[in-house]
Amino acid sequence: MSAPAAVEVKAPINPVEPFLRMDRMPHIWCPGCGIGTTVNCFTRALIESKVDLKNLALVSGIGCTGRVAGYVKLDSFHTTHGRAIPFATGMKLANPKLNVVVYAGDGDLFAIGGNHLIHAARRNVDIKVICVNNLIYAMTGGQTAPTTPANVITATAPYGSFDPAFNLPALVEAAGAVYVARWTTFHVRQIARSMQEMFAKKGFGFIEILSPCPTLYQRRNKLGDGLDTMKYYKEKSKIKNGAPTSECALAKQGEIIVGKFVDREKPDYIELMRQHLANACPQFIDWYQVEEQRAEEAQDGGCCTQ
Amino acid sequence: MHADPKGVLTGVHFLDGDHACCEGALAAGARFAAGYPITPSTEVVERFAMRVPTVGGVFIQMEDELAASIAIQGAVWGGAKAFTVTSGPGFSLMMEHIGYAAMTETPCVFVDVQRGGPSTGLPTLPAQADMMQCRWGSHGDYEVIAVCPNSPQEAFDLTIQAFNFSEQYRVPVFVMLDECVGHMTEKVIIPEADQIDVYPRRKTTAKQGEYLPYKSNGDGVPDIAHAGEGHRFHMTGLTHDERGYPAMTVKVQDKLVRRLQTKITNAIEKITLFEAADLDGADAVVLSYGITSRVAQRAIELAHAKGLKVGKFRLITAWPFPDYKIQEIARTAKAIIVPELNLGQMSREVQRAANGACKVVPVPHAGGGVHNPEDILKAIEEAIR
Repeated sequence: MSAPAAVEVKAPINPVEPFLRMDRMPHIWCPGCGIGTTVNCFTRALIESKVDLKNLALVSGIGCTGRVAGYVKLDSFHTTHGRAIPFATGMKLANPKLNVVVYAGDGDLFAIGGNHLIHAARRNVDIKVICVNNLIYAMTGGQTAPTTPANVITATAPYGSFDPAFNLPALVEAAGAVYVARWTTFHVRQIARSMQEMFAKKGFGFIEILSPCPTLYQRRNKLGDGLDTMKYYKEKSKIKNGAPTSECALAKQGEIIVGKFVDREKPDYIELMRQHLANACPQFIDWYQVEEQRAEEAQDGGCCTQ
Repeated sequence: MHADPKGVLTGVHFLDGDHACCEGALAAGARFAAGYPITPSTEVVERFAMRVPTVGGVFIQMEDELAASIAIQGAVWGGAKAFTVTSGPGFSLMMEHIGYAAMTETPCVFVDVQRGGPSTGLPTLPAQADMMQCRWGSHGDYEVIAVCPNSPQEAFDLTIQAFNFSEQYRVPVFVMLDECVGHMTEKVIIPEADQIDVYPRRKTTAKQGEYLPYKSNGDGVPDIAHAGEGHRFHMTGLTHDERGYPAMTVKVQDKLVRRLQTKITNAIEKITLFEAADLDGADAVVLSYGITSRVAQRAIELAHAKGLKVGKFRLITAWPFPDYKIQEIARTAKAIIVPELNLGQMSREVQRAANGACKVVPVPHAGGGVHNPEDILKAIEEAIR
């Protein structure tokens, strides 16, 4: 028998790879952590929605989810704890052509950054917020977060937590967001679809994604590992699109209402500013229009003013 | 390059320091400001909010100073020239983002109209007690540049200078006003746009895929790219290598933090601005800055009238501190007199730089008003007796 001819097997390229800084792998996330799953969904959403990657900027705060900015191959900004949203606000207002996505954790967005989140939602700044909610401060070792349900053991609640927790969709809806959804990392297809829908919408959008932290939340509370958490998500999640957000509060190992809760139309901040000033300020110069023209002229190779 | 004429209100005006500062920012090309109201600084952004829609640009009133001080940095990476304005308590809240601007080398300007402290202190009255805070307020080692206007005209001129420094060296630059200069109304001459030099942003010319966001371009300062230009770069407040990637090792930390320092200290003689008079043969030199320099001027004139040999040295840039100029003065003068509206901040720098070569006499004032020139004169007389 002759030896089989050498066949060059080309491994198919993982479609997600072009979106990642492969030179930074391996990442720092623990086995069973859900953040990587959300990044996978994010890249799927980008592929499907054919977003112009050149004009996509990703802004993170600090924490495990904050590290997303370091792994995606985009213009990516790893800012200070809690301040991803005001950074993103400044960036969007300086260049409205950019699609600005904020990728951050529950502690970053709702504790130290809570004030910024509600004000950006109030203004309806056209930024998209992806909140990975692992119910805990993970990067610093598993302390109580404003999302930690009651009776959960954390590093700073050794006898169990008793601080009342935020209901994130209700808070963000009340503050003014035009798009609010919640999923768990079990719902990978729904997450990707929801992200696509949010990216296509103008205004302040928010998706909460419940994600396991097997190292600090599940382990300390004897709730098993990442797989056990997937089983919990599968069994206890109930899809209720349009559910009143006031009924979406979470309890330890309780039912999880998921779905799209809010999808409404409102003028975004830049539209409000331009329309208002065009009427109210007699000598108004629309900066965005001027900048757009300048960019077009530069692209046409036309004369430029510099 | 020259200023964009749209932002330049050429003419002779009667303006207070806060308003002149705003005009300086517009002339320098600032088209984005974020602020939170706080006395006695608010007039700067009030004017900006009125003026910028007619020039083309954005003012946003943020929810607090933390937000304002990072929104401007987002705007810079989005492509704008940007600044924020505050005073005492608001300045304290901004400290983390001063460190962030230093670490990420974000060119931006912070205006601090100083009032009495600590805490809420004296909201409507002057002090110069944030001088060390602007130098050392954020954690870690870094260098900054600070300018100290002593008139509305200088509030205009030095705000432009502040933007130019920030663009050239990619550091946060501070315009250290005080309540007196901020609220003092005087003649301000705003020249034609083609008479105003504006330092352009140091944009990278690297091809896509070849850009190293934190590689020095010769002088210790890297060139910048904005979001949306196709470089798909990463920026972080973590210790990072030339690619902008987090790299938390002793070696990378050493290289980065030393570069953040030396890009400024190596250029100290280019950055330092000062006003000096009668230094040759002076027995005493009065060193001052900001509003106190105008009170010191009176004291110097009173001393001259008494036949005393007194020189003047006014810091126009306070940071980086011009050790080399102080050493020159200390070699010949008997004493350096340092009046300031605090209980001893820049006077310690003078003592450190003079290093015992001459007497250094602080003339402290806790703030809320300005010195009595007689008190400075008394200090001069005692020092050279």
